[in-house]
Amino acid sequence: MFELDSGNTAFMILAASLVLLMTPALAFFYGGMVRGKSVLNMMMMSFGALGLVSLIWVLYGYSATFGSGNYLGLFGNPFEFFGLQGASDESSLMAATGVPFLVAAGYQATFAIITVALISGAVADRMKFGSWMVFAGVWATLVYIPMAHMVWGGGHLSGAGAIAEALSVPIDFAGGTVVHINAGAAGLALALVLGRRKGFGREPMRPHNLPFVMLGAALLWFGWFGFNAGSEFAADATAGRAWVNTVVATAVAMLAWLVTEKVRDGHATSLGAASGIVAGLVAITPAAAAVDTWGAIVIGLVAGVLCALAVGLKYRFGYDDSLDVVGVHLVGGLVGTVLIGLFATDANATWYPDGALNGLFYGGGATQLVTQVVVALIAVVFSFVATYVIALVLRATIGVRAPEEIEVGGIDQSVHGESAYETLGGSRVVTEVK
Amino acid sequence: MTKLVQAVIQPHRLDDVKSALEAAGVRGLTVSEASGYGRQRGHTEVYRGAEYTVDLVPKVKIDVLVADEDAPGVLDVVVKAAQTGKIGDGKVWVVPVEDVARVRTGEHGADAL
Repeated sequence: MFELDSGNTAFMILAASLVLLMTPALAFFYGGMVRGKSVLNMMMMSFGALGLVSLIWVLYGYSATFGSGNYLGLFGNPFEFFGLQGASDESSLMAATGVPFLVAAGYQATFAIITVALISGAVADRMKFGSWMVFAGVWATLVYIPMAHMVWGGGHLSGAGAIAEALSVPIDFAGGTVVHINAGAAGLALALVLGRRKGFGREPMRPHNLPFVMLGAALLWFGWFGFNAGSEFAADATAGRAWVNTVVATAVAMLAWLVTEKVRDGHATSLGAASGIVAGLVAITPAAAAVDTWGAIVIGLVAGVLCALAVGLKYRFGYDDSLDVVGVHLVGGLVGTVLIGLFATDANATWYPDGALNGLFYGGGATQLVTQVVVALIAVVFSFVATYVIALVLRATIGVRAPEEIEVGGIDQSVHGESAYETLGGSRVVTEVK
Repeated sequence: MTKLVQAVIQPHRLDDVKSALEAAGVRGLTVSEASGYGRQRGHTEVYRGAEYTVDLVPKVKIDVLVADEDAPGVLDVVVKAAQTGKIGDGKVWVVPVEDVARVRTGEHGADAL
């Protein structure tokens, strides 16, 4: 019997709205980091994902993730709730907290959207827009949905999966594996197939608008409260725990990034502050309600330092992950997911799934740590391999890379028929009015 | 006849140079944003650990048309007002001008100044 809880429902509608805001926020965060000639394309990749993945989600995405059935351990039944029809509130994911079906389905849509948009940071300046849109739809269907089903929909990595049986129940509170490891590994695969930007590592590719980056980071942080606190599915003390940890870990990660670059490069930069914020948000996501304040502080510290060091790896290894989806989301997601194995605690106001164990530092032994490492590795391998195959198929069929003259001249003007700033286009005359 | 005094200076010295030229009786000048370097060379910036050397730094360029006999004085005024004593202060030079016309009236030469 479903009983509506109007408090929880109001909270979840607001939380969903906050998470939806993260994708336009990401557009600013990423848009400011590219050169002025490709800022519109960068932002449009996020907005494009927002449009397409919303549609996919209501058509079959929700159903294929959370519908009944467990095909290959990767998919639910895509037709059960096709078009979000045919569902009663008893079947709501959040029925236990009195939140109706549509609110639950809508909240989950926002996660699918932001995950796809996150990948775009790896392919700045050089991917055909049409190919990006095709990629977004295919990737959401063949990588995001299975990953979300595996972790949250009763698949391999959930409490009902083989790992839970062999070791312990994996902990991913708000999407460390489903969202961040997934997007990070996918970004690496897509960047490898796409190839480096012309002049990568030689020509300066200075972020053209750092205030945009700061604005985007601030809005991401704001939206992330919906992401993490909302993942409790109820307005309660555990949501409060997730909210506080989302402040603490993020603040510490920002400071840690700034100290790291001050020591290494001599300057505490605004881009470092914005990047540290996102690194901290990413890392605390899976752990948001599963650790106490001390755990959140350490997770923020480790994420801030490691991500600040990891963003340099692309120059050493020669892959052009343009805006550091790997360095921030993959590394940050791994930090959070693995450190749960040390800091998870079932103490007051923390969330705990049945069958999960306390972390190594909280008297639970090493089992949860092993579980978390195994789950993280499976997520990396699944996402990387599946994305790599999708990208290769797209490259062999419709092509993925914009021609060199478009990349050099600016993808905004060639592909979108616009330029972001007056100074970029020279003089203009009206030639046709429709 | 006429001379053109040209100066490339530190942007933050522009207000002082402008006031000094006004005080010296110069009635018009053209200012443009410029970039370049001399012995100062550039500076470095770091973005997520990637270090960029910015070799062209922002400068302001001033053009002043003056009568022949005023040129050495105007040059000195600019030097004095723009000087901070640090590397990167800029340069001032004088070049001869073949003819000048005032657009509004069509006057030529000294009358156009």
